Amino acid sequence: MGADMTEGVLLEWLVHPGDTVRKGDIVAVVDTAKAAVEVECFEGGVVDRLLVTEGTRVPVGTPLATIRTAPSTATGIATKPGPPQEQAPTPSPTTARTAGAGRTRADEKEREAGQRPAEPGAVSHLVTSPLVRRMARRYHIDTDTVPGTGTGGRITRADIEHTAALKDIRAAPVERIRGAAPRLRISPLARRLAGDLAVDPTALVGTGPGGAINASDVRRAAPHPAPSVEPMDRNAAMRATIAAAMARSKREVPHYYLTHTIDLSAALAWLHDRNLELPVSGRLVPAVLLLKAAARAAVAVPALNGFWVDGSYHAAADVHLGVAISLRGGGLIAPALHDASSADLATLMADLRDLVIRTRAGRLRASELADATMTVSNLGDQGIESIIGVIYPPQVALVGFGAILERPWAVNGLLGVRPTVVASLSGDHRATDGATGARYLKTLERLLQTPEEL
Amino acid sequence: MKTEQTTEILLGVLHEVAPDADLSALAADADLRESLELDSLDFLRVVELLSEQTGHDIREDEYPRLSTFGSAVEFLSGG
Repeated sequence: MGADMTEGVLLEWLVHPGDTVRKGDIVAVVDTAKAAVEVECFEGGVVDRLLVTEGTRVPVGTPLATIRTAPSTATGIATKPGPPQEQAPTPSPTTARTAGAGRTRADEKEREAGQRPAEPGAVSHLVTSPLVRRMARRYHIDTDTVPGTGTGGRITRADIEHTAALKDIRAAPVERIRGAAPRLRISPLARRLAGDLAVDPTALVGTGPGGAINASDVRRAAPHPAPSVEPMDRNAAMRATIAAAMARSKREVPHYYLTHTIDLSAALAWLHDRNLELPVSGRLVPAVLLLKAAARAAVAVPALNGFWVDGSYHAAADVHLGVAISLRGGGLIAPALHDASSADLATLMADLRDLVIRTRAGRLRASELADATMTVSNLGDQGIESIIGVIYPPQVALVGFGAILERPWAVNGLLGVRPTVVASLSGDHRATDGATGARYLKTLERLLQTPEEL
Repeated sequence: MKTEQTTEILLGVLHEVAPDADLSALAADADLRESLELDSLDFLRVVELLSEQTGHDIREDEYPRLSTFGSAVEFLSGG
């Protein structure tokens, strides 16, 4: 269920005892604090016993069901991510655990593996669970008319949803289950895109296997965004997105961290003089100098400006600086400031203000959410000294700035007090080594000593 | 400018920049940036709006006078 999850509620069984299941079949849906997760089984066989009833809250590690893999053996179904091989065939009956095989929707490839095509001719009037029956009633759907795509031709919740979508009666709000969004048959990529593009996935008709909504369905709908997502859903979706990205980062990216305290007296004196001559609307904030310097340093050290994809590093052609923007009311988005290295300071300031306003208003462009090449997290306004950030995959570096604080500073053997900032670099050790990161921070420092050239 | 008038303008500006904040709970001597969680861009927006609405040209070195609600009202009222 994700390494940081401790428990979940079993929402729905998609199989019953006696069903034949194949490896990769989704057998249950578990609701967690962050997102609904589908539980896949990694062994084919026949479902023997369901050990947990729907609606039960279970800690991670709880056996869910047993599967007979051969006439006299059984193996488990579980609910925690892990390589399939962890669920190796067991020669003797073992119980399923909530600790081995569930995959979050955020995991695209894995999810795709779980999407079963409809079995040809498999029309069944079996309804798999009370939940599905309730759904059918809610949508006024006669289950006899629904082709089941579930195991053994059973009608799954997705089938009901698909049928409902086809009937175009999805306008009626679905009763929220424990505050979670209705679980659609939707690929994780599509779900993310839907969030990014402000598309309401419940309004889409899926064209993927089993009526699943895939990314192209969402993209098709994108020119007509339906930003009528309820705030709660947005927050929940955002948490889920952050959770997925950050968990993936900590799971996959071997971070190294460097920090460097930089003297900002030259930069701030220059900024102050400049701002004195200008009306409020033309004034720069120190953060803009830091962002510009960060972008310029990224040009100088291209090994940190790009993506780690499929086992190798791909440098980006331009610097699109992701700016971590906290939202009033919680949450975080890091949209991209496009071409931050080439824009002049006034333009960058205007772009930043515009980006922050639109981020908080939920009016970001898709490209801004997709193409940041490196991210800067500036927590200086919160008054903390430094931030050691988590890289946003597939990016390979994150730059952090703490608050600009006056610190004792030794210059030419004398002690003075200077405004300083602690800059940090979190680097992906697969892509670069500490020496590269060090070069980046030293470049950043050098650039900030000549603000007029930024 | 009268104190009541500046108070009203300041409340309006703060409400615009931080619409989620409960301004009635704001103490006169509380740090505005901290209690309303204003970042530097938010604060710049506050300065900008106050400048527009009061006709008071607020220089950067006068920002500290806007640090609390009380000091801001005093400053904008010409104190």
